[in-house]
Amino acid sequence: MIIQALAFYLFAALLIAAAVMVVSARNPVHSVLFLILAFFNAAGLFVLIGAEFIAMILVIVYVGAVAVLFLFVVMMLDINFVELRAGFLQYLPIGGLIGLILMVELVLVVATWAIGPDAATLAAPQAKLGALSNTEQIGTLLYTRYIYLFQAAGMVLLIAMIGAIVLTLRSREGVRRQKIARQIGRKVEDTVELKKVPTRSGV
Amino acid sequence: MFEIGLTHYLTLAAIVFTIGIFGIFLNRKNVIVILMSVELMLLAVNINLVAFSWALKDLVGQIFAMFVLTVAAAEAAIGLAILVVYFRNRGSIEVEDVNVMKG
Repeated sequence: MIIQALAFYLFAALLIAAAVMVVSARNPVHSVLFLILAFFNAAGLFVLIGAEFIAMILVIVYVGAVAVLFLFVVMMLDINFVELRAGFLQYLPIGGLIGLILMVELVLVVATWAIGPDAATLAAPQAKLGALSNTEQIGTLLYTRYIYLFQAAGMVLLIAMIGAIVLTLRSREGVRRQKIARQIGRKVEDTVELKKVPTRSGV
Repeated sequence: MFEIGLTHYLTLAAIVFTIGIFGIFLNRKNVIVILMSVELMLLAVNINLVAFSWALKDLVGQIFAMFVLTVAAAEAAIGLAILVVYFRNRGSIEVEDVNVMKG
């Protein structure tokens, strides 16, 4: 139990430190790398409370896809990041104030809150699945009761993908592209001409 | 102290969420860091969902966390695509220039 508690405090402290560094790092590349650290620590916390599948999905989706996407964009854009940080401290008071208010509100909620008496009866039936692992339980629930939501999530991803492609696709002037349709549409008659050349006179 | 309960996780999520909000205010000019702050806030929400799912022995929380993850990934992709287009048109990513679009 003590080891679990120590692991929680380690992961939590690292997560908070990484989150602070994401927000305050001078270089956005460092911000992205700290974001990756934060996600790894969150995955560790999830493993700690037995949500292995979400933890692995977090590592794969966030670290493998989203963070790398951020890294790509940060490195691709040619931006003077020092300039962007001008007036950084100007927003510190208002940001700190709003953060403080929110923090106090959240602490009030956490401190005064209690689980409703009928919460246990509302839970999805999983007692009979007790012997299965976390991933199998999620699978059995996701592909039966939540199959439509699952499909909808797939549609969200498809639309996001199409949207991102449509937004960033552009046809630039002065770039020669391969036009497959024109290549295939070419006929022999259009390009090759056979001429009967009379002897000793040329074409 | 050494008995980790739901309150510990909720407090952690609250702190991370607050840091995300704070980051949005602190980096008013840099859209990339603002997007990263939004990701942090979504992570805090996910921590809450998974912690409740663990405390209430109800897997639906984890399933919902997966959907939140899906939406977060879509949001990051679209946001960064808009960012790239905006940078192509304006040559900067300063948030304060965005109101040029205003009629």
